[in-house]
Amino acid sequence: MSNPALPTEAVVLNRIQETEDIFTLQLQLTDPSQQWRLGIQPGQFNMLYRYGVGEIPISFKAISEDDQGHPVLEHTIRAVGRVSRSLAELLPGDRIGLRGPFGQGWPLEQAENRDLCVITGGLGCAPAVSIIEHAFANRTSYGHIHIIQGVKHSADLLWRSRYEFWAQQPNTTVLMAADVAAPGWPWYSGRVTELIKRLPLKPDKTLVCCCGPEPMMQASAEQLIRQHVPAESIWLSMERNMQCATGHCGHCQFGSDFICHDGPVIPYPRLCGRLGLEGV
Amino acid sequence: MSAADFLPRSSLSSLIDLLQQQGYRVVGPQVIDGAILYRPLQQADQLPAGIEQIQQPGQYRLIRTQGPRLFSWANGPQALKPLTFAPRETLWRSHLQADGSLRFEEVIETTEPTAVLGVRGCDLAALSLQDQHFSGDPYYQQRRDSLLLIAVDCSHPADTCFCASTGDGPDARAGYDLALVELDDGYRIRAGSPKGQSLMDNLPLDAATPEQQQQTDEQHQKACQQQRHLPAFEPSRLIHQGQHPIWDSLAEACLSCGNCTSVCPSCFCFSESEVPELDGTTSGHQRQWDSCFSEGHSYIHGHRFRPDTKSRYRQWLTHKFGSWVEQYGRSGCTGCGRCISWCPVGIDPLEALTELGREDVE
Repeated sequence: MSNPALPTEAVVLNRIQETEDIFTLQLQLTDPSQQWRLGIQPGQFNMLYRYGVGEIPISFKAISEDDQGHPVLEHTIRAVGRVSRSLAELLPGDRIGLRGPFGQGWPLEQAENRDLCVITGGLGCAPAVSIIEHAFANRTSYGHIHIIQGVKHSADLLWRSRYEFWAQQPNTTVLMAADVAAPGWPWYSGRVTELIKRLPLKPDKTLVCCCGPEPMMQASAEQLIRQHVPAESIWLSMERNMQCATGHCGHCQFGSDFICHDGPVIPYPRLCGRLGLEGV
Repeated sequence: MSAADFLPRSSLSSLIDLLQQQGYRVVGPQVIDGAILYRPLQQADQLPAGIEQIQQPGQYRLIRTQGPRLFSWANGPQALKPLTFAPRETLWRSHLQADGSLRFEEVIETTEPTAVLGVRGCDLAALSLQDQHFSGDPYYQQRRDSLLLIAVDCSHPADTCFCASTGDGPDARAGYDLALVELDDGYRIRAGSPKGQSLMDNLPLDAATPEQQQQTDEQHQKACQQQRHLPAFEPSRLIHQGQHPIWDSLAEACLSCGNCTSVCPSCFCFSESEVPELDGTTSGHQRQWDSCFSEGHSYIHGHRFRPDTKSRYRQWLTHKFGSWVEQYGRSGCTGCGRCISWCPVGIDPLEALTELGREDVE
């Protein structure tokens, strides 16, 4: 078995500046024997390493293709700490380290033949884009697709054209909310929980994937339960400090769960007693 | 029935010689800087003869007596932890090549076979917890595989000890290769593994006399009578008792120094960091022991969600005695009492647990 602590090399094909501080890295693995890492599932994450600086966990956004049809791994990152700011400086051709995939992803099999409801807040949309793309790539396996994305400020919205594209697809609802909306924002001003109330949910036929700030996820789950969605049909993607990604370093503990390997995607009933507890 | 299990005191060196002949590096307790530490051992006269100790909240003192015994103390600040989970180690190195590419070099050192003499029951129990936690970690595993463990049942628990109430001592219960009971004139030995049995077969053993058997029983009974006990509390409730006033008084006293987590035989947190070399072409990726009392432990994209001592103490206690039960099927505490002795302000977590347990009853 390979050492899960050891990275492999990846080359930066492209860096896309999404907003002022959010960027997407398009990566290719240079060692052909490491291509198994492309088996990463929506909701899982990789550890990205910058030489001499360190590693951070970044959720998987998508696998796309380059001009020759070779797979390209996409990770979307907010430049906020020492390592992420360093990753933001990368240029095409630069090399980084990558190890993964790690963690439990979205419950794709359980979602089959059900309606899919994806509720995200802020950059929480990045780990959820992977499951939306997966659902559209396997469209007949899913019923109605509900997508709700909330942002603090309307200028923070990523991938607007993608959301507009999804909104035009059959059997698909796309609702957007901004806490603070600039003039010309065509969608809702306010919180995502208000939009959840508007969804024509079939509670027993729906699987919910939720990713965003914890208070937003908690409020969303509580609202969904008020709309009779069973708690066990609601899955949250959690975030904590992760340094080893193998369940050993202890930083990502959320009560008894090690978010890096018990999560990041965890069913709501397992979390609900602990969400919102100060310092947990 | 009296199988030959008694090693006369004068023959203890034959055990050490035997281990050395079999290629083991022997590590044993020694008095270093006023404390008992595990260090490489060449001969029996390096062992802490006649040393007893006083441990109280915030206090650890050795006392020299004229007694012949070598293990008449409870423990020192180290458990087995540094031997398996290195305080600091390099996991891998990255090499920046001239063409800008990166090469990753795995760094797993090999540890020579190591026999540890004088292991305590509490520390064997904690080792078993670390074995569970570090399952799949190749750095831990290679060190762990190198160990041969020779326990000595604890005959002189300190006032800070409560292993009898956690069920982990004072006798070594499991996980040893050999276990010794120290009597005034020698050692009664039992094997806990085939390796231990084959060592035992090569020692000059006598049958224990009825007096020695009686002394063994009396010593065990006495060692079980400990001053401290784990109080009654509900582990699954601890995490929900975040509003209890006890956390404020603990935070007022606690220095957030992390001593308790360093000396704890089961605490497993580590942080990873990058140590670039000055030539600009190599960078080491290290891990070192971390503590939930450190400022960076709860860091997440730009903020710390445990910003104060109160929330950090609460994390430590509720994890050790609460969440641990869900994670590994039992509490993370094996009753060694080190966190009490080595706390510079003498905080006794059992007092906090007593208060929290009281709320369960009300």
